[in-house]
Parts: sequence; structure tokens; C-alpha cells
Amino acid sequence: MRIVASLICGLIFGAGLLISGMVQPSKVLGFLDIFGAWDPSLAVVMAAALAVSVPGFRLAGQRTGPLLAKHYLWPTRSAIDSQLVMGTAMFGIGWGLVGLCPGPALESLATLSPGVIVFVVAMAAGMALHDVWRMSGPTARSSAPLVAAADD
Amino acid sequence: MIAAGLLFLPLQNGWKSGMFNFTPLSAAIGGALIGASAVLLMLLTGRNAGISGIFGGLLNLRGEDKGWRIAFVAGLTLAPAVAGLIGYGMTTPILPSNWGVIAAAGLLVGFGARLGGGCTSGHGICGIGRLSQRSIVATMIFMATAVITVAITHHVLGE
Repeated sequence: MRIVASLICGLIFGAGLLISGMVQPSKVLGFLDIFGAWDPSLAVVMAAALAVSVPGFRLAGQRTGPLLAKHYLWPTRSAIDSQLVMGTAMFGIGWGLVGLCPGPALESLATLSPGVIVFVVAMAAGMALHDVWRMSGPTARSSAPLVAAADD
Repeated sequence: MIAAGLLFLPLQNGWKSGMFNFTPLSAAIGGALIGASAVLLMLLTGRNAGISGIFGGLLNLRGEDKGWRIAFVAGLTLAPAVAGLIGYGMTTPILPSNWGVIAAAGLLVGFGARLGGGCTSGHGICGIGRLSQRSIVATMIFMATAVITVAITHHVLGE
């Protein structure tokens, strides 16, 4: 059931990206291009998403656990450290270069666009590079799973 | 009611003055759906709807629970086909012709999302949704660097 639920959530997420236009790099870049013909749509998308997610997460948090699994896996990291700053800065640059981020990129694979495939392959490579780099550093412990690949 | 609302989306006129392309109604509906899917994923499966984390976990061969990740990404990738069935198909995204730029963008997005612990959905929607200060800061930073990047590529480099 968890698999079906995840599939449905993916479909809804995808529908949201489609309907809001966020799957189109031109809409995203239109928001980021504050010195050009500015399109505030992305701000409305975020506001609407947060209008649902803020109360929604609070309500979910009042339950002891999810409906189809044993535990909530709420992200736990709270530090504002150099990794956060460096990582998010890099992410922003990549996002601003082309107007694609993971969700829209993966959804756009449906168009079989060669450019999208290049982006997704490069994104996967970037992710893998990071994970390999983290695993090989002096602080890495080879037996530790990679933080369940979780967002924080 | 939702169907009626969706019918109005193509008629929605934004505020078109030359290049101004604001589409508040579809933005709001789409945004609400994104927020709802994140809440549902947590409420039903206990998982965070940060796409970089979901996809990153698929790539990480030692990550756990690949089933739900594959299912979520499958849903994401199938959504355009389903939408196409009711007449809302997806157009091919407009991307730079230079694949080097695309590849560089992808590398930065992938590496940066993993290093920073999230992306627009992970930090911007789920993190801020939990009122996480870390995610609020993260979102401010990537918004800032993205805006600066666009300013440079669109207005300084004369693209």
C-alpha cells in the first residue's frame, strides 16, 4: 500500500508542477529574472504550497505515526553550517543556469527531450560525486549508511 | 468543482503587457497540489517529499527502501501522460542549445542539493512547511544565488 500511496503522491506532485507551470524552465526563469519581465507566479506557487503544507504538517505531527508505515521520518538536521551554505549556493547557481531542479527535471523525462536527459544524467552524476566524496573523506565511516539519503 | 476550475485555466489571462506572464490562478492551484502531495506522502508513508532526497536515495546503492522512491518518481514522470489523456499534455521544455551549460547546471544542482541537504521541494516546501529555520535560510540562499545567476546570464552576458 505504501508503494501505491507513493505513486499517487508522485502523480499529484507532478500534476501540481504541471498546472502551476513550474515544470517549464521559462516560467521559473521568469520569476528569477527580477531585472527583466518579472513573472511572480513562482511566489504564488510557493505561497499556496505552504498554505497547505504548514497546517498539514502540523496536523500530521499530532498523530503518533503515519497511516501506512511505522514511523514518521521527519528530517532532523537543524544546523546552519558551511555545508548548507555551500550546497544551497551551488544548487541555486545550477537552478538559475537552466531553470530546472530535480522535480521538474525528472517529470520532463516524459518528453524524452535530449536536453532533459543530459540534465538528469548530470544531476545524477553530481549527486553520486557528492556521495562518493563524502564516503571517502576523513570523517567518513565506511559502515555507516549514507544518512538514508535523506534531505534534512 | 476542481474540474470547473481546471476548465478556466486555459482562459486565464495573466496580466499580459508585452512580456508580463503572471498566471496566479494556475499557480495557486498547482502550488496547493504540490503542498498536498507533500503532506500526503508524510501522513501516509512517513517520508519527506524532497525530490533530491528521494532521487538521491535511488542512486545511492546502499540506501534503503527503493520501492517507494521508484513509485514516487514513476508517478512524477507519468503525470504528464495522465494529464495528456484529459488534454493537458506537456510541451518540451525550452533549454539552452549548449549541452555543456545544461550539464554544468545538472552537476551543480545534483551536488549542491546533496551537500545542502535539499532542493526547492525539500527545503522550500517541506522544510519551510515544518517551519525549519535551516530550510528558511537554505531557501533564501538558493533564491539569492539563482537570481544573481539569472541576472548575470540574462543581462550581463547579453544572452
